[in-house]
Amino acid sequence: MRTETIEALTQYARAHPDVMLLTADLGYSVLEQFADALPGQYANVGVCEQAMVGIAAGLALSGRQVVVYSIANFPTLRCLEQLRNDVCYHDLPVMVIAVGGGFAYGAQGYTHHGVEDLGIMAMLPNIAVACPADPVEAVALLGELMRRRRPAYLRLGRAGEPVLHAPDAEIAIGQAVWLRRGADVALLATGPVLGRALAAADALAARGIGASVASMPGIRPMDAAAICEAARTHRAVLTIEEHNVDGGFGSRVADVLIANRLAPAFGKWGVTEALRGQVGSQGWMLDRIGDIAEQAAGLL
Amino acid sequence: MGNRVTLVNMMDTLGLAKRLRAHALRMTHAARASHIGSCLSSADILAVLHGAVLRADPARPDWPDRDRLVVSKGHAAAIVYAALAEMGFFPIAELATYAADGGRLAGHVTRSVPGVELSTGSLGHGLPVAAGMALAAQRAGASWRAFCVLSDGELDEGSNWEAVQFAQHFRLEGLVAIVDYNKIQSFGTVAEVSELHPLAAKFAAFNWGVHEIDGHDHAALRAALAGPPVAPGRPTVVVAHTVKGKGVSFMEDRLLWHYRNPDAAQLEQALAELDA
Repeated sequence: MRTETIEALTQYARAHPDVMLLTADLGYSVLEQFADALPGQYANVGVCEQAMVGIAAGLALSGRQVVVYSIANFPTLRCLEQLRNDVCYHDLPVMVIAVGGGFAYGAQGYTHHGVEDLGIMAMLPNIAVACPADPVEAVALLGELMRRRRPAYLRLGRAGEPVLHAPDAEIAIGQAVWLRRGADVALLATGPVLGRALAAADALAARGIGASVASMPGIRPMDAAAICEAARTHRAVLTIEEHNVDGGFGSRVADVLIANRLAPAFGKWGVTEALRGQVGSQGWMLDRIGDIAEQAAGLL
Repeated sequence: MGNRVTLVNMMDTLGLAKRLRAHALRMTHAARASHIGSCLSSADILAVLHGAVLRADPARPDWPDRDRLVVSKGHAAAIVYAALAEMGFFPIAELATYAADGGRLAGHVTRSVPGVELSTGSLGHGLPVAAGMALAAQRAGASWRAFCVLSDGELDEGSNWEAVQFAQHFRLEGLVAIVDYNKIQSFGTVAEVSELHPLAAKFAAFNWGVHEIDGHDHAALRAALAGPPVAPGRPTVVVAHTVKGKGVSFMEDRLLWHYRNPDAAQLEQALAELDA
């Protein structure tokens, strides 16, 4: 999804000369297409995420729309206060793109595990936070958030995530897309772990349990109506995220349920403290969380 | 940059600085606010910038070709607002609402106030943003400049040095940093807490053009700030040696007045000294 997103960004920037792309010296072999095509709209500022976000704010205060790019926690946690004060409080058109969300760099160690970004970024003022599941969602949400011209966070996986949606799927932030319908349990997924949710629905069907699956790329805004519908039409709701379960996607879904006086059997599949310090490939790390179908069946 | 135009009338900047000091004293007294010492040390820098250097139009705070002023030492809010009111960005009478309940003149510099470019208050944010502004001007081929007033204590923040490094590599000739070098920070003198000397040499080593001047000398400030860059293609720093609490005898060079606000008698004495 990384490659498709940068292609789409390059296309958007070609049509919008006010757009600038900044990197803190990451994106080798990825950003060259943008840099070569639009050198006047590109700057590698060096390894300095705090300054990069401040520079982005200064550009945006001077009429530019800015995308900052880096990996995992570097463009979010490293420069959190610059994002809070300089970008979000001033409501500036700056988008942060982080590649390698979750355990995409799982084997690189804890410094490269991006598992708090969604919850933390969604607390900042004026921001939209998106966690696409596949290249179709990533490209659609990039366009929507660029047109919004306000603070935005787009969390990408890496390269090679499979396409899960039809090419003409209608994707919008804050809008769930139902990919399966079943009567018993609703699986609400955000990000590329949607693929695991779909596999779990197949496994549950083989056991005679009907599972619905929704992709919810919007962490903020979130599709509250779809969450309520899921709770009213199923006996159980399980959220699925490649992120800490405390304060992340599942917690925000639970907030919606409580606010609407809905109390289905509820569970959160995602990262817990037990995984801290473990090192391994993305697939191996996600396997450690446990089996989604088992957890869903356990709620019934 | 040889044909710079200043749209504001060239003012009597010494008179302006005196009025800014008086406003800031009254404001910190009324609001029982801190940081009068930091306001007084930067009074002359702000008076010369607003009165004789910045290309600005108070009737059009968003004029695209204006010079930008980012005050990174956001705790000097009282005197920043005083300067903007004196220049006509909003009524002088509103200064009485400084740090008041429900008012817009927050205790740290806030962008909702006309003429303010950036909300500051957390140190180390202003210079990267000013550098981004200077990059925008450079890419647009525009001649407006980005000025940033910094405290000395805030140079402990690493984000400043990221911007210092960035600005020289990108040859941001339109970026001008002014360090209000009053030698006192929160817990004691700069020498005691985290020595900056030799500050000018540090900037020079980063390939910046450097002016080192008396930050209360208006002619020197005007020459450094309004003149051409020290060297083509280099950002400029004005290391302005100042005195904390400058202009009020019992506040000068005293850490206490980073925190204390003047009571009625002290206010009266301070204002009398300014008029003397």
